[in-house]
Amino acid sequence: MSDLVAHPVRKRWSERPLLQLTLVRYREFVREPEAVFWVFIFPLLLAAGLGIAFRNRPAERTAVAVRASAFQATALADALRRDQRLSVQVLDDSAADQALRVGRVALLAVPSGPGQMEYRYDELRPESRAARLLVDDVVQRAAGRQDPVAAADRQISEPGSRYIDFVVPGLLGMNLMGSGIWGIGFSIVDARRKRLLKRLIATPMSRPQYLASFVLSRLTWLVLEVALLLGFAALVFKVPVRGSLLSLALICLLSALSFASLGLLLASRARTVEGVSGLMNLVMLPMWIFSGVFFSASRFPDAVQPLIRVLPLTAVNDALRATMLQGAPLGAVSVELGIISAWLLVTFPLAVRIFRWK
Amino acid sequence: MSGSAPPLSVRGLRKAYRDVVAVDGLDLELRPGECFGLLGPNGAGKTTTVEICEGLTPADAGDVVVLGRRWGRDDNELRALLGISLQETQFSEKLTVAETVRLFRSFYPRGAAPETVVRMVQLTEKTNARVGQLSGGQKQRLALACALVGAPELLFLDEPTTGLDPQSRRQLWDLIEEFRAGGRSILLTTHYMEEAERLCERVAVMDHGKIIALGAPRELIASLEAEHVLEFAVADGPPLDPESLRRLDGVCSALQRDGTWQLQVAELHRAVPALLAELRQQGAQLTELRTHSPTLEDVFVSLTGRHLRDE
Repeated sequence: MSDLVAHPVRKRWSERPLLQLTLVRYREFVREPEAVFWVFIFPLLLAAGLGIAFRNRPAERTAVAVRASAFQATALADALRRDQRLSVQVLDDSAADQALRVGRVALLAVPSGPGQMEYRYDELRPESRAARLLVDDVVQRAAGRQDPVAAADRQISEPGSRYIDFVVPGLLGMNLMGSGIWGIGFSIVDARRKRLLKRLIATPMSRPQYLASFVLSRLTWLVLEVALLLGFAALVFKVPVRGSLLSLALICLLSALSFASLGLLLASRARTVEGVSGLMNLVMLPMWIFSGVFFSASRFPDAVQPLIRVLPLTAVNDALRATMLQGAPLGAVSVELGIISAWLLVTFPLAVRIFRWK
Repeated sequence: MSGSAPPLSVRGLRKAYRDVVAVDGLDLELRPGECFGLLGPNGAGKTTTVEICEGLTPADAGDVVVLGRRWGRDDNELRALLGISLQETQFSEKLTVAETVRLFRSFYPRGAAPETVVRMVQLTEKTNARVGQLSGGQKQRLALACALVGAPELLFLDEPTTGLDPQSRRQLWDLIEEFRAGGRSILLTTHYMEEAERLCERVAVMDHGKIIALGAPRELIASLEAEHVLEFAVADGPPLDPESLRRLDGVCSALQRDGTWQLQVAELHRAVPALLAELRQQGAQLTELRTHSPTLEDVFVSLTGRHLRDE
C-alpha cells in the first residue's frame, strides 16, 4: 500500500465535493427510468389527455324527430333539415317514443293539424329546452313570421380562455410540487435507511453542501421540466405565455426552491420510505384538491378560502396563471410570491434544524 | 503519527440507551501501528464503542482522545484523518464503483487517486459496474476503498467480513494486512475468532459493555493452560456429573452446552482414557468425540460460559 501516500493537492473543479454530490443526484435520477417518466412524461400525457377531453368542440347538431304518422310530417322534416343546427329523423310512433325516452333525440315534433304543433320533450334536459327553441323558431319562420330586429352572429374562440389554458399552469404547479417533494424526500430517506447518511457524515463532507446538492440538481431539472411542458402546451394546444418569460422563470425558481425545502422538511426525520410516503401524501393531497389544479379554487366555500389561499400550491398556481394567461407583471403577483417565499423561509431553517443525520 | 503517542486512548467510557447499558466503564489504548481487535458477541457494546471513537455517537461519560485530538473540538480535522467502515452501510446501487470512490475522495483534502484505491482493493475489473451488481465481498472491498481513499492515519473497521464466504473473507484480510504494513493503526471489531487471531496484535474480549480480557491472541489462549479442547456428546440417558469430569486426569475445566460437553485439557493422552473409563462407569454411551487446539472462542467460553455467536 505504498501507493496510499497522502499528497495534499489542490483539487480540480471536477473533484470538488459539491459538484460530485450534485453529479450523484443527477446520476441517481437518470438511472431511475420510473422517476424520469413521472417527472417529464406523465405531465405531458396528462396535459394531452385533458386537452383532448375538454377541447372546445364545434357546436353539435341537435337531434330531433318528427312522428311519421303526424300531419304533413315529411314537409316539416324538410323545413327543419334546412337548418344547419338540427339533425332530423322521421320515425314511426313506437320508434319515436323510444328514441325520446332513451335520449337519442332531444325532442319529438308532432304536428297535429294545420297551424297546430305539439312538442314532446323533457323540461329537465337543457338540450331539449334548446331544441324546443330551435325547432319552434324554424317552424314559426316557415309559417311566415317576420323578426322585427335583425341579428348578426359573430363567433369567437380565443386561446387563453379555454380549459386547456386553465389547466396547463395548474399542471406545471403540481409538477413543481411533486418533483420537489418526491425527488428530495425519497432519496434522503433512502440514504438514511441504508445508513449511507451516517457513513457520509463520518467523512469531512460538509452537511450544507449535501443538502445543497439536492436543491442544485432539482434546479437543473426544473429548466427541462418547465420547458418541456410549456413547449408542448404551446406547440400542441397553442397555450399562450402572455407575461414575460423572465417573470415566469422567477416564479418557477422560487416555487421549486420552496417545494424542495418542504420536501427536505418532510424527509428530515422519517426513517422509512413508507413513513415519508405517507407524510408526503398527507401534505400534497389537500393541495391537489384545494389549490386549483384542475378546477378553480374559488369553487370552495368562502369560509375556507383564507386557508386555501395560504397553501403554497394555490399561490404558485395563481401566480403562474396570472403571468401566463393575463400577462401580469411580477408586481401584480407580489402577494403570491410573498406566500411562496414565506413557506421557503419557514421550512428550510426548520428542516436544517431538525434534520436527522443518523 | 509515527511517534509513541497512542493513536487512540479511551478512559472510563460509558454509554447507556434508555435503561440498557451498552458500554460500562471501558478503558483501552491502541499502540502506534497496531491492529487492535474488539472481540465479543452481538450486543457486547463493540459497535457503540467504535461509533463513539468515530465521533458518530456522543458518550455519556469518559474521555476519548483520537490522534491527539478530541471530538467536539477538532471534528473537521479528525474526520479528515480517519478511515471508517461502518456495519451494514449500503452505498447507492445506481452508482458505479468508480463514481462512488470518486465521491468519497472529493470529501478529503488528501489521499490517493480514486483509480489507485480501486486497484488496491482489487476492484479494477468492476470499475464501471453498478454497486447493485456487486457481490457481498466486492461491496465490502468497496467499503474498504471508501475508508482508505482519504489516506487515513487510523482505520476503524466494524465487522468488515460479517456475512462473507471464507474466500472473500481471506481476500479482505490480505488487504487489511497490506494497509497495516504501511505502519498505520487499525481498530477492528469482529465476532470471528479466526479473524482476530489472524489480523490483530492484541485483542480485547468484550462482554456486557466491559473488557473481560486483554492481550495478544496467543497469550490469551495460553492463559487457558489447556493444550487441547475435547468435545464429546453422549446418547440420551441420566445427566453426567460435571464435577466427576472436572476431576479427571489432565482436565482443566468441563462445560456443557446444547448437549455437547467441552473439556479443556492439558494432556490429551491422559484425559481421553480417563474420560472413556468415567463414561463407562456412569453408563453413558459416547456418540461424538473430537478435539481441537484452543482458540479465542474457548477463551471466551471459559470466561463467560457462553459462545461468541450466541445472542
